[in-house]
Amino acid sequence: MTVENSSRILRTVPREKAFYFFTSLGNYTGLSAISLKEFADKINEVNVKSLEFHLGRGDLEKWTAEVLEDQWLAGEIKRIQRSGLMGEALRNQLSLTVSRRVKRLMNPGSFRF
Amino acid sequence: MKSKKNEVSLDRVDLEILKALQENSQQTYIKIGRRLKLAHSTVYDRVKKMENAKIINGYTALVDLEKAGVRNILAIVTIYTDPKETGRVAEKLAQRPEVLEAYTSFSDELLIVTKVVAQSQEDLHEFIANSVAPMDGVLRIRTSIVTKKLKETPLSITNCTVQLHL
Repeated sequence: MTVENSSRILRTVPREKAFYFFTSLGNYTGLSAISLKEFADKINEVNVKSLEFHLGRGDLEKWTAEVLEDQWLAGEIKRIQRSGLMGEALRNQLSLTVSRRVKRLMNPGSFRF
Repeated sequence: MKSKKNEVSLDRVDLEILKALQENSQQTYIKIGRRLKLAHSTVYDRVKKMENAKIINGYTALVDLEKAGVRNILAIVTIYTDPKETGRVAEKLAQRPEVLEAYTSFSDELLIVTKVVAQSQEDLHEFIANSVAPMDGVLRIRTSIVTKKLKETPLSITNCTVQLHL
């Protein structure tokens, strides 16, 4: 992982590309994330129903893959989706996965493949 | 009908003509005239004046879309906004073809109430997620999908209280 790739994934995206947290079809919580770091923070703040809703639809995976261009993280989110976790257990796992990824990206020299 | 500067005021005859047209806009002026005991030319003149004053803005057909085989879903979408942005957000929403009706309103807080149409629930969600949520000033959104229409009555002369300025 190069510094360039890390910076790209960690960048702030324009408002229209932000992730908007809904709890169900058409019901927007008012929370959004314009970067991976903000996304990590909001996972701990948002109603867990929102995480369940978006995970089930593949929205989280799609956003990380297509907007942030972090295919690795998208794959990890897909794995979490397949695990069937719900509620706070889901929140904890997502939070752990995303925040660890943010830490690693912020220290690209520590990568090993 | 009296007009003074930019003000137009209707009399009882005008209201009766409007009532008749809202019941059935395909009625002839002769038929309306007979009902109201007026010459058809009087009815014609008054209708033209109300059209020019934009009191009458058009004539349409009431179509039962379900019977016509048109599939769509309707939803009541309530948008909670930053009070400073309510007017601007409401105007932007009103420009969207998906938004059939839009009102600013006040309950405990300022909000925008809209009636939105979409081909499917997923299309509805895409519209809200991609076009409404990202608007500056939108705080949160609540959506209720219409499951059954029991009644729909357009606002008309018959169901309103009209104050005449005579």
